[in-house]
Amino acid sequence: MSTILDLMAEQPSSDLAHYNFAYLDEQTKRMIRRAILKAIAVPGYQVPFGSREMPMPYGWGTGGVQVTASILGAEDVLKVIDQGADDTTNAVSIRKFFEHVAGVKTTTSTEEATVIQTRHRIPERPLEPGQTIVFQVPIPEPLRFLEPRETETRAMHALEEYGLMHVKLYEDIARHGHIATTYAYPVKVAGRYVMDPSPTPKFDNPKMHRNAALQLYGAGREARIYAIPPYTEVVSLDFEDHPFEVNRFDRPCALCGAENVYLDEVVTDDAGGRMFVCSDTDNCESRRADGHVGEMGVPAAEAAE
Amino acid sequence: MNQQLSTDERARMAAHDGPLLSVRDLTKRYGQRIGCDDISFDVWPGEVLAIVGESGSGKTTLLNCISTRLPATSGTVTYQMRDGQPRNLFEMEEAERRHLLRTDWGFVHQNPADGLRMTVSAGANVGERLMAVGNRHYGQIRETATDWLSRVEIMAERIDDQPRAFSGGMRQRLQIARNLVTAPRLVFMDEPTGGLDVSVQARLLDLLRGLVADLGLAVIIVTHDLAVARLLSDRIMVMKDGHVIETGLTDRVLDDPQAPYTQLLVSSILQV
Ligand SMILES: [Zn+2]
Repeated sequence: MSTILDLMAEQPSSDLAHYNFAYLDEQTKRMIRRAILKAIAVPGYQVPFGSREMPMPYGWGTGGVQVTASILGAEDVLKVIDQGADDTTNAVSIRKFFEHVAGVKTTTSTEEATVIQTRHRIPERPLEPGQTIVFQVPIPEPLRFLEPRETETRAMHALEEYGLMHVKLYEDIARHGHIATTYAYPVKVAGRYVMDPSPTPKFDNPKMHRNAALQLYGAGREARIYAIPPYTEVVSLDFEDHPFEVNRFDRPCALCGAENVYLDEVVTDDAGGRMFVCSDTDNCESRRADGHVGEMGVPAAEAAE
Repeated sequence: MNQQLSTDERARMAAHDGPLLSVRDLTKRYGQRIGCDDISFDVWPGEVLAIVGESGSGKTTLLNCISTRLPATSGTVTYQMRDGQPRNLFEMEEAERRHLLRTDWGFVHQNPADGLRMTVSAGANVGERLMAVGNRHYGQIRETATDWLSRVEIMAERIDDQPRAFSGGMRQRLQIARNLVTAPRLVFMDEPTGGLDVSVQARLLDLLRGLVADLGLAVIIVTHDLAVARLLSDRIMVMKDGHVIETGLTDRVLDDPQAPYTQLLVSSILQV
């Protein structure tokens, strides 16, 4: 698989340098920006757009990459995360890509970033007015699970017929005794459109509600863009007798001691040792820098030595 | 005081007066070919009308037009809404029409797979209409679904099974429960016993007859099987080549057919 990293490695002074700012030509960016504006005007509504080929496979979030490419300005500071981490292959590649084709400053700091592209997580640190978070979406249609016909799902959205979403939740409870959906948990946006929050864990659903930042969703293969404007109502669907609940972790982060954060399980040695640490690596690092220490962590000063 | 009737009361009184469904001059053409031609009839609350004929007679086309699943070429279909007001179905907004279809109406397809969601459980199949009209209480939905499964003779322990695991007869009974859960006043049925074994057919017909009587349902049933029409319907409409040949009370039409074509149909069924 030839990725953008390979391309850059093979051709240090590659043709990529001659591409337009942020790779896409101006006409394409204008087209995508129009779709984004429409998406912001109709929160939660999936706007079709002319998705372009990007120099990376679809699974890498080409929808999010196109959205980011269309909104980046020279002054922007970009952060890219995969799960919660800035250092996975996918995150590093996309960050390098934009450093290369847009020459923008990049960061791993949530606080510093003006644009954050993500595949799953919403950072633990509350986003601020003026920030934009761009989600890479694999399957934008929340009704697809039970209704494969595109004409029918479109009618359902247009007529606000969302009974089917509850059929999905009903099945969950019938099968597992509770709503077992933990990712892509459906939400109703601004009291109107039901939306699939991409592969975001439901732990982050409450963060979507009245978030100060602009949330943009891009699906490359299915060529759809949707948005949640700042401070918009976002309600997770549920039943009266099975209300929406976020998954709770029964312990704090082993490294920084943070509570009520999303944790990843990490294997520490061959003997099956493991620990639970912040999935949001920036959150963990900045907490440790501030002197917070978890039960398996080392104080920041020692670690630096 | 008491001569002042509320709108509601007037509506309710009107509801006892008029037909539930009125079809007038309904025509469906496919280019030059006639699907059904200039059909008019009424269906009254609680009445079962059988539309009978051979394949190609236009009976299914007619059913699809009056149930708004297929646009008619001309004519009107007027339905008396739950508020007592008569409405022309062809002038209704799509949202309202679709709402009618999943609340006050039912549609039982010949092939249960066309009317069921084969990959969700029996309980969810029955509960879907309840959720569509805004029921958000899992326990209540499940209780109602359980109740309806027992009314169509499906054991409660099958509630979490998918219809894929059901026999043909069970699937058809599940489809019926799924339609009846919102207490519709009018149910369309397209050859509901077609494709089933004779013994399974008999059981289903028996069940249908009981439900129709208990619930006071109006039914428009399309069938090529005069035995089905005899067992279920109050009135029969015989169709051939897109036209109505004969119409009347079921026993009268089957025992004393007037039109030569009906006589032929009746005699051929007697030979079987
Ligand atoms: Zn941590």
